[in-house]
Amino acid sequence: MKTTRPAVFKPSLLAGPAIDQTGVEERTARFTKRSIKAASKMQGLLMTLSMIDLTTLEGKDSVGKVEQLCYKALHLHDAFEGLPTVAAICVYPSHVRTAKKALQDSLVKVASVATAFPAGQSSIDIKLAETRFAVAEGADEIDMVISRGKFLAGEYEYVFDEIAAIKAACGAARLKVILETGELGSLDDVRKASQLAIAAGADFIKTSTGKIQPAATLPVTLVMLETIRDHYYKTGCKVGMKPAGGISTSKLALHYLVMLNETLGADWMNPHWFRFGASSLANNVLLQIAKEKEGCYQSPNYFSVD
Amino acid sequence: MKKSTQRLSVLKTYKLYIGGQFPRTESGRYVAALDANGNKIANLCLASRKDCREAIVAARGALGSWSQRAANNRGQILYRIAELVESRKEAFIAELQQQGLSRSAATRETNAAIDCLIYYAGWCDKYQAIFSTVNPVASSHYNFSVCEPMGVVTLLAPASPLLGLVSVLAPCVAGGNTAVVLANEKRSLSAISLAEVLHSSDVPGGVVNILTGSYAELLPWIVEHRDVNAVVYAEKDAAQLPSLRTKATGNLKRVLHWPLDDWQQAEVQSPYRILDLQEIKTTWHPIQQIAGSGASY
Amino acid sequence: MPTKKNKSTLPRLRLGAGWSYAPAPESAASARINEQYELFINGKWQKPAKRAYIDSINPATEKKLYRAAVASEQDIDKAVVSARTAFDKYWKKMPANERGKYIFRIARLLQEQARELSVMETLDGGKPIRESRDFDVPMACNHFFYYAGWADKLEFAFPNRAPRPLGVAAQITPWNFPLLMAAWKIAPALATGNTVVLKPAETTSLSTLKLASIIEEADLPPGVVNIITGAGDTGAALVRHAGINKIAFTGSTAVGKLIQQQTAATTKKLTLELGGKAANIIFSDAPIDQAVEGVVNGIFFNQGHVCCAGSRLYVQESIAPLFIQKLKDRMATLLVGDPMDKNTDIGAINSAEQLEKINYYIRLGKKEGSLHYESAVALPKKGYFCRPTLFTKVAQSSRLAQEEIFGPVLAILTFRTEDEVIEKANNSPYGLSAGVWTDKGSRIFNMSRRLKAGVVWANSYNLFDPASPFGGYKESGYGREGGVHGLLPYVSF
Repeated sequence: MKTTRPAVFKPSLLAGPAIDQTGVEERTARFTKRSIKAASKMQGLLMTLSMIDLTTLEGKDSVGKVEQLCYKALHLHDAFEGLPTVAAICVYPSHVRTAKKALQDSLVKVASVATAFPAGQSSIDIKLAETRFAVAEGADEIDMVISRGKFLAGEYEYVFDEIAAIKAACGAARLKVILETGELGSLDDVRKASQLAIAAGADFIKTSTGKIQPAATLPVTLVMLETIRDHYYKTGCKVGMKPAGGISTSKLALHYLVMLNETLGADWMNPHWFRFGASSLANNVLLQIAKEKEGCYQSPNYFSVD
Repeated sequence: MKKSTQRLSVLKTYKLYIGGQFPRTESGRYVAALDANGNKIANLCLASRKDCREAIVAARGALGSWSQRAANNRGQILYRIAELVESRKEAFIAELQQQGLSRSAATRETNAAIDCLIYYAGWCDKYQAIFSTVNPVASSHYNFSVCEPMGVVTLLAPASPLLGLVSVLAPCVAGGNTAVVLANEKRSLSAISLAEVLHSSDVPGGVVNILTGSYAELLPWIVEHRDVNAVVYAEKDAAQLPSLRTKATGNLKRVLHWPLDDWQQAEVQSPYRILDLQEIKTTWHPIQQIAGSGASY
Repeated sequence: MPTKKNKSTLPRLRLGAGWSYAPAPESAASARINEQYELFINGKWQKPAKRAYIDSINPATEKKLYRAAVASEQDIDKAVVSARTAFDKYWKKMPANERGKYIFRIARLLQEQARELSVMETLDGGKPIRESRDFDVPMACNHFFYYAGWADKLEFAFPNRAPRPLGVAAQITPWNFPLLMAAWKIAPALATGNTVVLKPAETTSLSTLKLASIIEEADLPPGVVNIITGAGDTGAALVRHAGINKIAFTGSTAVGKLIQQQTAATTKKLTLELGGKAANIIFSDAPIDQAVEGVVNGIFFNQGHVCCAGSRLYVQESIAPLFIQKLKDRMATLLVGDPMDKNTDIGAINSAEQLEKINYYIRLGKKEGSLHYESAVALPKKGYFCRPTLFTKVAQSSRLAQEEIFGPVLAILTFRTEDEVIEKANNSPYGLSAGVWTDKGSRIFNMSRRLKAGVVWANSYNLFDPASPFGGYKESGYGREGGVHGLLPYVSF
């Protein structure tokens, strides 16, 4: 069931509960205390792989690089049977066509960053044009950035309208809204930006571009998950979550899954509603899977670097 | 029998002091207060358990505003009491002499009582800084402990009729408590005279309540009363203590024993007397960690 | 839990349904538990005079774990005499910094044997290994470490006074935090120069007996710390003994009152840390999600066997439905079961007797007309377990809102104004602790000042630290443990 989202900005969209950072950190520390062993660990590792947005977002990205990454997306480690594919490939708009072609007939989605990624410092027209271009090239998902400068200056209506306009330009593509939480400065603003993005039409909210430190953290992600939860309580509508940047070990990924499991529950424990934006996480998970299967610690040399 | 040319002296009735007023005992009972030679000098109320109850209700009612009054204002009020005792010094000395003290002992006692009031007046806005702490806890929390008055305190006044009374009363009210004083059974006059001073100083009604009466009759009611937070017993003789402690168990009243006989000693006066009638309250609050190492921001 | 299509209820989350955690048991092998324990008196392990012993069971399995000696009057006398001798002969003569070094040494040995102590605490008492490991044992170590440093600095704690030790301190600890309470009692007593006779609760003596062996290993002079075991009779006899100068008791208000009466005619200095029925207050502007966590931590920590548990929840009416929904959803993720499993959130109730008491109150709450709710978690077949439980529509005048249950049972009440909730929160014979959740600083200070409780947790709950004084107002007892103020009960001037 879908509820009608507000067509226009309302200041009440910004009203949310206060966030106590210390309390958030105490809660996230508890997630890291869960001991994930045996079958539950293997299940978690496979789930992690299936939730990865395998990402390359560099100035030196080329057709060759993107093609190799797409192959990796489909063939994480062929020596092991039964591995899932990753959820998506995440590239710049200029590589969407290449990726789409390389991934044809597979279930792996193509996500494109857009809206003058990563800073977002451009005009709305250019951002809309870039979004339309990426969608026309075949992108299944658009990862936009919010205008943090405007947000921090209190121009919430501008930020809201921009997201709503990009959402309209996405058509059938799902929209992920990057808050760039490392630039927002407080968990209260993370909460506020999350509410704004959700109200403006985000299908996913996403922590970071990966270009700014700190990127995804457990506390920031928890606050965003709780915003999603409150939206669900209120409307019955789901919104997806994508922590991105800085999640490079399977252990950390499992902490995120524990957090997801105990905050939003089973309905979000799939690639449709949860993603990891990461470039090196997949191989670390593969190392762990190999360790579980073979019983000895592994070397990175046995796993392809792309 | 007086000679016809002499002026007839006016015998005073010493009333109770409850809630800032001077009611007679509701029981209508009086006893004669006698001087050292056995001559009647006044009528004293023989307070009843209902008078006790009224006094405790008055003390409870006054607690909120007294305990939250600015500390330096409490100090000024105590100083004001000292000023007024000083201005009526001769009357206090005479009254003490009536109760059997020599002129010099009465003068010493009155002077010391005034100085004691001034001493504690000065402590009102300082003891908190001496006994409070900021506690360096390991987690990201600001943690501090402060003194809070225990509440309604019953003071069983010692035999030293003025100084002893002031020495227990001053630290009690300096610390923001309200008091129900059971005047010493043997020498009660100064307590009621002090009440008259309190009444004309700036002490709000109910902060100090003073009763005269029989210990044997009133103690059980006062000590078992569930709305009294603490009892101070200030006789050196500990004979009453076991029964006080036992009777105080119902609501776990704090029972303090300040065993002194010579109230003139300097060490009698101490901020630790104030501390004795304080609870320690510790408050925790998270500290947000933004910027710096270890922050998620 | 399938989602019910009902417009009046909030959409439901499917928590704990997608991914369950495989068992992750801590190994019991790291604890070397003897079949039988004697009394630790005068630095030696001594058999009880009457050769009487009492079994202690593991409440999670109902199996016997060990048996501990029952000290009789004769044994108590021996312990008190040895403590007195140690006081006169060694402890009061020893330079204060040397005394401190002994206490530091205990702290270090505790750290080194933390794992074994955690396992013992969990096997004996039923608390989750995560709590023993992350809370009880490290906090106990820290307590010794903290007070060790005070030993040679006491004159700075009491300006213008020369503190003197009292002599022999009799200490009685409860079953909810056995090792930690022993640390709370022994560390300040030793730091101030007193010697100790301590009796742990009979259902949970193991970690205290292990502490005795650590004290033995630390090579303290014989008799400085004596550990005697036994039940209520042993405790009563210890309290009665004429040779003690100080009693420190943590336990129920009823027993605390008895002790005050029994010692009324003596000069024994008494401090009591007793029961509570703490109000945890949630204002509409609170950090809601952290408050939910604080409520969970407040009532379900250590199965609710906590004297300062936030067992009376006051929620401002305007946010009550959502808050209670969030609380129920959080409860769905609490794992109840094997205390030795590292993922267990709520372990075993300490004894059959305590479980019966909790169940009595659950039945009572239903009878009183409050609405009962418990999480759907499956309980183990063996052992004493209780689901996390809450009651809504509880009236201030119901017994559920007034009496200490000492279990994972939360009574939820609502309020409208600040003034109202202050009055209701203080409307209790207890006054140990309180919680306040609001984003408004000035309100926090007002609440903190007006709540008649020894500890006020603002936007937090159930936090402890050796540097932070703990203790109650009113019938929750008197005296403080922890911090500078925790020294006062063990000195005279």
